Amino acid sequence: MDEGLKNELSKQGVFTVTMQDVYNWGRKNSVWPLNFGLACCAIEMIAASMARYDLARFGAEVFRPSPRQADLMIVAGTVTKKMLPQVVRLYNQMPEPKYVIAMGACAISGGPFKQGYNVLKGVDRFIPVDVHIPGCPPRPEALIHAFLTLQEKIDRQTVSGPNQARNFNADLPSEFPIPQFGEHDLVPPYNPSVWQPPAPTKAA
Amino acid sequence: MAAARADQSRLTNVDTLEQIKDRITHVLPGARLEIVANESPSAQRSLLVDNEHAVAIATFLRDDAELQLDYCSNATGVDWPEAVVKTKIKKMVVTDGVEKEVEETLETLRSGYLESVYHLYSMAKKHGPVILRLRTENRVDKNHLPSLTPVWRSCEYQEREIFDLFGIVFDGHPDLRRILMWDGFADFPMRKDYVDPDDFEYEPTPHDDVLERAKSHYPPEVKA
Repeated sequence: MDEGLKNELSKQGVFTVTMQDVYNWGRKNSVWPLNFGLACCAIEMIAASMARYDLARFGAEVFRPSPRQADLMIVAGTVTKKMLPQVVRLYNQMPEPKYVIAMGACAISGGPFKQGYNVLKGVDRFIPVDVHIPGCPPRPEALIHAFLTLQEKIDRQTVSGPNQARNFNADLPSEFPIPQFGEHDLVPPYNPSVWQPPAPTKAA
Repeated sequence: MAAARADQSRLTNVDTLEQIKDRITHVLPGARLEIVANESPSAQRSLLVDNEHAVAIATFLRDDAELQLDYCSNATGVDWPEAVVKTKIKKMVVTDGVEKEVEETLETLRSGYLESVYHLYSMAKKHGPVILRLRTENRVDKNHLPSLTPVWRSCEYQEREIFDLFGIVFDGHPDLRRILMWDGFADFPMRKDYVDPDDFEYEPTPHDDVLERAKSHYPPEVKA
């Protein structure tokens, strides 16, 4: 519906709304996170869900213990290479539409363990991440900010068109291949359809 | 305070490390023991134990009424790769009829080996630590050591970790599997010659080794 007409009608006391608005409004205010944590970031995630910070104000009060009932995966903590297949498996078992918040330095890049041999250098190498939060660990406010950012992102999604929500596009994968344990590293070390090594930039 | 310090310099309430060594040789005459010096400020010396008698010695240390080292707080590994050891010795040399003291540097090739180190305390007697060392013959095929898990149960996971990260095989261990890395993993990450998989990506401030790696990933014009 045309924005100008919508505005004009509302001045006359007629409120118009699209299906898409209702759909997005419903989705963004009932994002249920998956109840799982990997390291110290999980403690901050728990704090964010408790009374003091109260993530329930934004509709994310029910942490679901099963991936089949969850919409949002908060990757809270260090993802070791040994743990990664389970993380991808959990993500695959979540129903669409599903979102991922990579919480903390480790989950977004490997953090202080980046030079190590056993920690994955960012969970976005294997699953698509919607919001990255830096911090070691990020404070509950940062997680709430990430959550609000995710809500804005959901609100911008459309049923059709260029900004179509990925769950409406049957061509986009909903599941991602689970890497195998190799002799020296995960095989493959990253999923090229999700992540590519960054292109080199000219030093200024 | 000074008295307390003096107390701490002794290894246990009852014995110094030399006395412990003498008691072990008294009970187990065949045991080959060696006190390993420590030049660091802590000066914590340790007792190098031969592999054949290690379990018997450990059992003695645990069960002896005076020592009662009933608690193994820590077991860890050390990797000693092949290295050239330089030792300086002073020599009297006669040159032109004058006797002079000359310092000479001797270079000897030390063959590589792996070590496992155990820190023992006594809960009953409130003393410790006594430090035991076990050495493998080499780093490649003769990398077996006796497990001390039958003596101190707390060694179980730590010996598994040593097996995982250093590749020391503990004979007599009840459940020797990798503990941190996955089963199909082939390397031993804590060894000095371990090369980790090169899954490098963007580094904002590369330097030293990281810079070298970064260069290999970036095209020539960006190298500078």
